[in-house]
Amino acid sequence: MDPQINLKPSSPAAAGAAIECKELTKKFGDFVAVDRISFHVNPGEIFGFLGANGAGKTTAMRMLCGLSYPSSGHATVAGFDVYRQQEKIKQHIGYMSQKFSLYDDLTPLENITFFGGIYGVADKVIKERGPALIRSLGLENEASKLVGALPLGWKQKLAFAVAMFHQPRIVFLDEPTGGVDPVTRRQFWDMIYEAAGTGVTIFVTTHYMDEAEYCNRITIMVDGKIEALDTPAHLKQRFACDNMDEVFYRLARTARRSDS
Amino acid sequence: MKQLFVFIRKEFYHVFRDRRTLLILFGLPLVQILLFGYALTSEVKNADLVIMNGSVDPLAQQLTAKLRSAAFFNVQEKQLSPTAIEKEFKKGNIKAALVFPSGFSSDFIKARHATLQVLTDGSEPNISKTIAQYISAIVQDFQREHQAMAPAPLTITPELRMLYNEEGNGSINYVPGVLALILMIVCTALTSVAVVREKETGTMEVLLVSPFKPVMVLVAKAVPFLVLSLANFSIILLLAVYVLNVPVAGSLLLLFLITLLFIITSLSFGLLISNATSSQQVALLISMMGLMLPTIIFTGFIFPLENMPLIFQWISNLIPAKWYYAAVKAVMLKGLGIAYVWKEMLMLCIMTTLLLTITVKRFKIRLA
Repeated sequence: MDPQINLKPSSPAAAGAAIECKELTKKFGDFVAVDRISFHVNPGEIFGFLGANGAGKTTAMRMLCGLSYPSSGHATVAGFDVYRQQEKIKQHIGYMSQKFSLYDDLTPLENITFFGGIYGVADKVIKERGPALIRSLGLENEASKLVGALPLGWKQKLAFAVAMFHQPRIVFLDEPTGGVDPVTRRQFWDMIYEAAGTGVTIFVTTHYMDEAEYCNRITIMVDGKIEALDTPAHLKQRFACDNMDEVFYRLARTARRSDS
Repeated sequence: MKQLFVFIRKEFYHVFRDRRTLLILFGLPLVQILLFGYALTSEVKNADLVIMNGSVDPLAQQLTAKLRSAAFFNVQEKQLSPTAIEKEFKKGNIKAALVFPSGFSSDFIKARHATLQVLTDGSEPNISKTIAQYISAIVQDFQREHQAMAPAPLTITPELRMLYNEEGNGSINYVPGVLALILMIVCTALTSVAVVREKETGTMEVLLVSPFKPVMVLVAKAVPFLVLSLANFSIILLLAVYVLNVPVAGSLLLLFLITLLFIITSLSFGLLISNATSSQQVALLISMMGLMLPTIIFTGFIFPLENMPLIFQWISNLIPAKWYYAAVKAVMLKGLGIAYVWKEMLMLCIMTTLLLTITVKRFKIRLA
């Protein structure tokens, strides 16, 4: 990756935890999607969130992003309370959803300009950094094309760059590499590492166990609860497994919930 | 404010890059105006009329000449047998036939009473009625001219005038109706689809995570269609005045104001629909079927409201287009001022406020 992309957060990460959860719970009627989870994420950390489909990881992430109100428990994101300081949180986070979420009928630069604009990035900054970002992504030749015409891998890289454009302190990635080929996935993780290197906290959900190995620490969710939280190396040691795949299988096979 | 501007600019990109949207936006008004103006007209022009005159009869010839000079008919003089006439009617070659009996002049002058037979194609009741009316009017006129020769009998002649539309221009009725229909479709369907599309593609989620005020999403979605609808209104008005010869009798400013109000009502409707659905197809279906049909039926521009059962007349009051149609007709055709249309405008205001309140209250700031 081109080191020129300047992805430094606008202000140095707060001294405390980037994300702090205590007994965070989400109920839909009788169904407990997220069951009293507690954890904290350090600034600049790549924090992996693993779980089978329906384990509750997306729901947990949505509560932290302000897309969903918790039923009970406490949580702060970038030092702001998820109940009362939604607007403050929104200023400091980036978000990339499971679905591809740029506009297919806009060009890459128009997408960058739009999202930069609604996050309140100054025009001058957008004019400078927008084209630079296009160059660093290697999209110069596709600049006049609409995003809909790009291959999925490029779209996902662009979506990540857009999520980082306003220089958030924490970025939430919801299964960002779903359906992407292995080479592009590798490049994508290079971008994540680079961002983390500038002090941005990365909160990422994934299905891929090789990706789990790239994270500093991971949690494994089963049926709405956190079953394990540690570094990949410690987890392998604790469960006496050679790789994360086995660790995950040992924990997740007890799950009673499948696709939600 | 700058954020809103950025958002609105993006909405314009969406509109101008989508061929379907553009087609609905600018193709529909053109087609509808021309369709209603020309194809679906109830006027009778150049109707084929066969006149049968058995003998050389001066009065019959004078009357024939008079009918010939009227623009309504395409007169042919032929001698046809009754079966031949029926054949022509069946083939649709003629719309009407007029048969002079032999001795028409002498009957009229000597016996003081003459008859002639008018046959029309009753399978098209409206046209046939109109033709019969035209012929009767011309015959009566002819009769009056000749009465000068005789001592005046006691007569009452109703002098008919169609106020606000002396020439019986059918387009006059349709233009306000088409305006209502187009604005309703464009504002409601396109706006609801534009919002729902963001939900469908998942971009709404990203917008809700951003610091952009969720309610402003609705504003940003509505603004382009407001601007484009006003442009549309101007195009329809120009077509109406210069192509269909429909006059604008009243204040252009007032007309513009009423239209603006109606556009906002329709936009609110569209936003409400977009709240209730999460697929573009459903949104389009509700807008088209749920609003277009009631608009056509209950506005009164095709089917007179006065002829409907009371319950339907009552329902029609809930249709915004009904009030708009009434106000536009009053201003455009009768040249009335605000004193005569404030009631309609107030109704639109109330509906808009109601719709917007529900919409904003129901708009989901959070997805769950």
